[in-house]
Amino acid sequence: MKPFLQVKDLCVAFPTEDGQVKAADGISFDLNQGETLAIVGESGSGKSVTNLAIMGLHNKSKTQISGSVTLNLPNQVIDVISSTEDEVRKLRGSTMSMIFQDPMSSLHPYYSVGDQISEAWRLYNSGSKADGIKRATEMIDLVGIPDAAKRVREFPHQFSGGMRQRVMIAMALVNNPKLLIADEPTTALDVTVQSQIMQLLKDMQKEFNMAILLVTHDLGVVAQVADRVCVMYAGKIVEQAKIDEIYYRPAQPYTVGLLQSIPRVDQFHGKRLTAIQGQPPSLINLPQGCSFAERCEFKKHVTGNLCTEVAPLLEEKADSHFARCHLSAAQIQDLAKVAK
Amino acid sequence: MLKYISRRLSYTIFILILISLVVFLIFALLPADPAALTCGKTCNPQVIEANRHRLGLDVSVWQQWWRFIVGLFQGRTYGEAEALIKCPAPAFGYSFNRHECVTKIIADAFPITLSLAIGAFIMWLSIGISLGVLAARFKGKFVDRASTVFVLIGTSLPTFISGILILLFVVIKFGLVNPLDLGNWANPFTDPLGWLKTFFFPCLTLAFAYAASYTRFTRSNILETSTEDYIRTARAKGLSEKVVLRKHTLRAALAPIVTIAGLDFAGLLGGAIITEGIYNLAGLGRLSIRAVLVDYDLPIILATTLFAATFVVVMNLIVDILYAFIDPRVRVG
Amino acid sequence: MSNNILELENLSKYFTTTSGGAFSRRKGVVKAVDSVNLTVAEGETVGLVGESGCGKTTVGRTVIKLYEPTAGKIIFEGEDITKYSRSKMKPLRSKMQMIFQDPFASLNPRKTVGSIIQSAYDIHGIKPAGGSENEIRSLLERVGLNSEHINRFPHEFSGGQRQRIGIARALALKPKLIVADEPVSALDVSIQAQVINLLDDLQAELKLSYLFIAHDLSVVQHISDRVVVMYLGKVMEEASTAELFAAPRHPYTKALLSAVPIPDPIIERKRERIILKGDLPSPMNPPSGCVFNTRCWKAADICRTTAPQVLQISPKHNLACHFPE
Repeated sequence: MKPFLQVKDLCVAFPTEDGQVKAADGISFDLNQGETLAIVGESGSGKSVTNLAIMGLHNKSKTQISGSVTLNLPNQVIDVISSTEDEVRKLRGSTMSMIFQDPMSSLHPYYSVGDQISEAWRLYNSGSKADGIKRATEMIDLVGIPDAAKRVREFPHQFSGGMRQRVMIAMALVNNPKLLIADEPTTALDVTVQSQIMQLLKDMQKEFNMAILLVTHDLGVVAQVADRVCVMYAGKIVEQAKIDEIYYRPAQPYTVGLLQSIPRVDQFHGKRLTAIQGQPPSLINLPQGCSFAERCEFKKHVTGNLCTEVAPLLEEKADSHFARCHLSAAQIQDLAKVAK
Repeated sequence: MLKYISRRLSYTIFILILISLVVFLIFALLPADPAALTCGKTCNPQVIEANRHRLGLDVSVWQQWWRFIVGLFQGRTYGEAEALIKCPAPAFGYSFNRHECVTKIIADAFPITLSLAIGAFIMWLSIGISLGVLAARFKGKFVDRASTVFVLIGTSLPTFISGILILLFVVIKFGLVNPLDLGNWANPFTDPLGWLKTFFFPCLTLAFAYAASYTRFTRSNILETSTEDYIRTARAKGLSEKVVLRKHTLRAALAPIVTIAGLDFAGLLGGAIITEGIYNLAGLGRLSIRAVLVDYDLPIILATTLFAATFVVVMNLIVDILYAFIDPRVRVG
Repeated sequence: MSNNILELENLSKYFTTTSGGAFSRRKGVVKAVDSVNLTVAEGETVGLVGESGCGKTTVGRTVIKLYEPTAGKIIFEGEDITKYSRSKMKPLRSKMQMIFQDPFASLNPRKTVGSIIQSAYDIHGIKPAGGSENEIRSLLERVGLNSEHINRFPHEFSGGQRQRIGIARALALKPKLIVADEPVSALDVSIQAQVINLLDDLQAELKLSYLFIAHDLSVVQHISDRVVVMYLGKVMEEASTAELFAAPRHPYTKALLSAVPIPDPIIERKRERIILKGDLPSPMNPPSGCVFNTRCWKAADICRTTAPQVLQISPKHNLACHFPE
């Protein structure tokens, strides 16, 4: 069976005065029904740009997009990139939905939450306004907002941040989408609310058997929910594997660095953190070789100037474990142990 | 919501009382003696005192003010016996200059000003908002650049120039309206064509200046709103660009226009002095400017000042209530 | 008496809010900080944690007297500075500095890095030995920037570098106490570690004391010697870092810790989470009794009526709970 979502060689570039910014470069991954894929990266790594391209939300007059984003639906196969604006629009909110980082500003302040959810439902279902509100009430109840019948008539400013994110989730799921893109869904929330929302997403995934594409910078959240992980750096995927592979057998120096640099609440060692030195490169002037070479601790173990001259390809280093590095997976894992 | 409205209403009444008091105090402090002004060539202190009594100016400012307020509700009389003058409620005073109750004078002038204000208001809103929406929708394209030119001309031409230009080069040159008919009052309900003849061009003159700034305002508000997160949410829902613009962007972008439009409209209701002057319209603007410059007719000045202030305050109330309907966030406070 | 550089005694900061029109003015009081006791010893890092609205930022700002305290005492180096006027505070300000969350917002975009740091000297009329430019250059090197950067503007730097500039400015006056308000939460993960390491190094080298305010418990655990947990303006629990994280006694602390995700999938799969019900109550209208009772799974009648006192349960462990874990 073909995977539900296939992204192949997706490139998103913005022309700017200083030159072209390749915000996402050669992104490829698959996502199956019921699966959670996490895209991890820092600001400017291209993770959000990738998602907006999948949703077809980029302004086409200001963006150059190439590659393909294929949705294998039961009765049709559709490529988001080559389809018309109208065809893609009809996928949004029905086949694929999205929730955003800041629930405070993502809901329209002038409409009641019931109206907003009902609007999303009525777009793809024939029903009266009253039916829409009824459906909205069910959804609000489903996402765990107490007193749904009353709250459906309330406005976004009457909800707390966590509750607003629940409303966003209710709205995204009202048409039983096959794919939910969650762009930093808990970054703006407090930690106790974050765990509520992540739990809710897990429950909803079971309920609707949907695929989730989770975009985040938080490796803790990823460990909590993801099945597979893509690590992005400077617009490229640098490593892609099953979750345990990424955490216990990372095969790319940036991933190694990330995992070592975060303090853990369950381990108290009192030693210095192992930080990644330097800054991410500017996307306008990407170095010729590996984008990470300048900051890489393991570079010295590669012969010659390979790292600064030749950009490594995304290779399968182990069974469905892809990484972009001139070193082998075994070499990196040995070096990582020493670094610890 | 009811609580909000009643609170705002009581606040408005309080402000109105305060304004009337302030206006009275200002007139009491003026160096001119209104009683002396009523007195013709054969003037002597007895006549002045008698007039002062007839005008009701021989009591303290507070009492004058109180009589004015009572008069508003009960009507007022001036003088005694054979020279008794009666002004029915609401009495705004009596103009000895014109030998008429001020209420009647204002009632004659107000329909003209109202016609002008409403006509101009409809014109500038429809031109300004639609042009602003088009300019925002086709940002950087021809429509947008054309609207920029319109905005530049509209905002930089004052009405006393644009009005005269329209009068000279459109109305008179093309003989659209007989210049002698300019300023003739026609009832819009019985004689719509005659009304249009009188008011179309004055309204256009006023609307021209306002429409320009409304175009600019609408355009920038729409562009700003379209970068909001909730607009992205609306697109992610699968709404078409048209619906996103109509239902989501416009609603938020136009809300502030309600406030500005309401206050601009209220300002016009006090009288459009220049436009009324150019087109020879006997509206409130001309009434007050004559009362100030020609006749020094204090009761009229007092009444028109109060009138204009009342419009602004009442419109403020209406705008606030409207805004609470538009923006639910205001309701709770 | 002690070697405490900072002592807060029953510190409270209330904000009054007004709403309504000219006639019906309702006054609300937000007890942003309510009777907080806290000490920071010389060379110590005290972490102050809690969720949004718990009052941790207000504590920080009240300590350096950006806010006037409503009640209680602030004792700095044994001096009671609670009632100090602006002019009396001035010499003390060089000894206590603040680092902010958003390094960009706190740096004047029209000034070069050099003149931003220079202004710290100018305000206090300090002329560093060896010339201020040399001093600024060595400061920049000290915080891991290039001394050539002295003539650049803030927008030419990345987020992490800007935070280093903020730190350099705070260090210019050789402070003893630094109040750091979410200093790394706006930074990317790989940059966070660099800045945390820098703060660690500077402390060791300059014998600084930190009041480290943050919501990220992993970071707080890493950097702090002692941790104070706040909720709705009140201290819930206070203990040495090792003790607090290994054996939290307050239900809120326990829930907070259990909510923090751990970057380890196997542990995450086995973990039992305490999912707190509901939302943070409004600080305008906090629950009666123990402020945490509306979300606590152990809440009994006494919790709804009587606020628990902060009691010492072991030498370095204070707790405000009727039913500790």
